[in-house]
Amino acid sequence: MRSSVTIVGASLAGLRAAETLRRDGFDGTISLIGDEPHVPYDRPPLSKQFLSGDWEADRLALSPPERITGLDLDLRLGQRATGLDVCSHTIEVEGTAEGYDGLLIATGARCRTIRGTEGIDGVYTLRNLDDGLAIRAALRDSPRRVVVVGAGFIGAEVAATAVGYGVPVTMVEALPAPLGRVLGDTVGSVVAELHVDHGVDLRCGVGVEEICGTDSVESVRLSDGAVVETDLVVVGIGVVPNTEWLEDSGLTIDNGVLCDETCLAAPDVTAAGDVARWPNPRYGELMRVEHWDNAVEQGAHAARRLMQSSEEARPFSPVPWFWSDQYDRKVQLAGRARPDDEVRLVDGSFQERRFAVIYGRGGRLTAVFGMNRPRQVMQFKGLLESGASWNEALDFAEVQT
Amino acid sequence: MRIVVDYDLCESNAICMQIAPDVFEVRDDDFLYVLNDAPDEDRRAAMDEAAQRCPKQAIKVED
Ligand SMILES: Cc1cc2nc3c(=O)[nH]c(=O)nc-3n(C[C@H](O)[C@H](O)[C@H](O)COP(=O)(O)OP(=O)(O)OC[C@H]3O[C@@H](n4cnc5c(N)ncnc54)[C@H](O)[C@@H]3O)c2cc1C
Ligand code: SF4
Repeated sequence: MRSSVTIVGASLAGLRAAETLRRDGFDGTISLIGDEPHVPYDRPPLSKQFLSGDWEADRLALSPPERITGLDLDLRLGQRATGLDVCSHTIEVEGTAEGYDGLLIATGARCRTIRGTEGIDGVYTLRNLDDGLAIRAALRDSPRRVVVVGAGFIGAEVAATAVGYGVPVTMVEALPAPLGRVLGDTVGSVVAELHVDHGVDLRCGVGVEEICGTDSVESVRLSDGAVVETDLVVVGIGVVPNTEWLEDSGLTIDNGVLCDETCLAAPDVTAAGDVARWPNPRYGELMRVEHWDNAVEQGAHAARRLMQSSEEARPFSPVPWFWSDQYDRKVQLAGRARPDDEVRLVDGSFQERRFAVIYGRGGRLTAVFGMNRPRQVMQFKGLLESGASWNEALDFAEVQT
Repeated sequence: MRIVVDYDLCESNAICMQIAPDVFEVRDDDFLYVLNDAPDEDRRAAMDEAAQRCPKQAIKVED
């Protein structure tokens, strides 16, 4: 039995890992170390209820204070892990070395930025509470326009929330349709229309050449030559895993902390959440999943893995799933679709913006995407988990309607 | 054991339905219905999992 577990990253995956250890009866020391000063909070509302002003920061807590106290943690907030050596089982926190028995890495990811914009005021990314506060303040300050760079899920949510403030929005997307790489062009164009109908000036198939301004942002120059004047820019072009502190640690770092099928990265070291990359046996490929539910599940899995022998260890083989709220629509995707997968509408209609579509490839069901169709998405998610064939999925759809 | 859902928080994500369809059902009207608010003790692990994986923390498992 282990005497202690050290968890680095005090957010969703890290906290859920700690909760799992206690629920499973572990009574040793759990150190939870995070570089943010705040008690662990939830990120999805940052682009939704918090950004719109419906919620204040006190509603973001991931667990109520009494539940965190009940976990009896050695909770160290505002402390950054600065190094790791897996051979000597030591971690460095704020420059001071300490030993560990079991280590769980959950340092998540941060936003990718556009080079050369660091010194320009009014250009933001959205990952943490401070970003959320800053963007919210900027939106309340009646900007003449907000330019959202990237029509991925976070960009789309920021655009939707800005529309709610009555601020004119231009959203710039390099792909021909929002989320085209995940959903294909047909479904991508339904998502595009959702934005356009809410008044968003959506520019697809163009990139950002330059963000112009001396002290604060004045305009954005696009690859098609257009210049959009603005005093607020939110960049949502993806994230990069927080692995810099792990250089020279002895771990393999390759677009995340590389783990085995069971989330083990080295003896006595596991990883979970946005920072972890592992071969998901269900897909036979390496993945790094940046979704809320994955952080919860993998946090629990990686925590248990630390308590298991290699004989007891089980592979981590989820079907990825996430949701996103845009305007009054809830979109959900489960599975892994490719743009050239076969697509079939199985419920509702594109016109109503209430529908479920399934994706298939090579005779297998690969994914389900729904707009305001949570029941159907979950039913097909069940089929995905059982490895259903395309025909089974079509039969199921027929019985349902 | 009693299951209490805060419907002001619930956003009908239906992940709970996938974990425990005998207890949670999101119907075609997109609302969540609790089919059994006092499940048997042997369903506790599933109830805990549903509470933990509800993105809105809308589910409480009371003793
Ligand atoms: C605005 C926003 C909206 C989102 N909306 C959705 C949604 O609708 N649906 C969905 O499925 N997902 C959503 N997500 C994604 C989801 O929030 C993430 O997948 C989840 O937060 C990942 O959890 P994590 O614990 O792995 O990483 P993180 O939440 O990134 O946490 C990592 C923590 O580790 C800390 N850290 C980093 N380096 C160190 C270090 N060296 N030492 C100590 N601490 C360190 C970080 O500061 C951070 O606190 C959203 C994310 C954002 C930002
Ligand atoms: S998982 Fe939570 S938010 Fe989703 S339907 Fe169930 S109770 Fe509601």
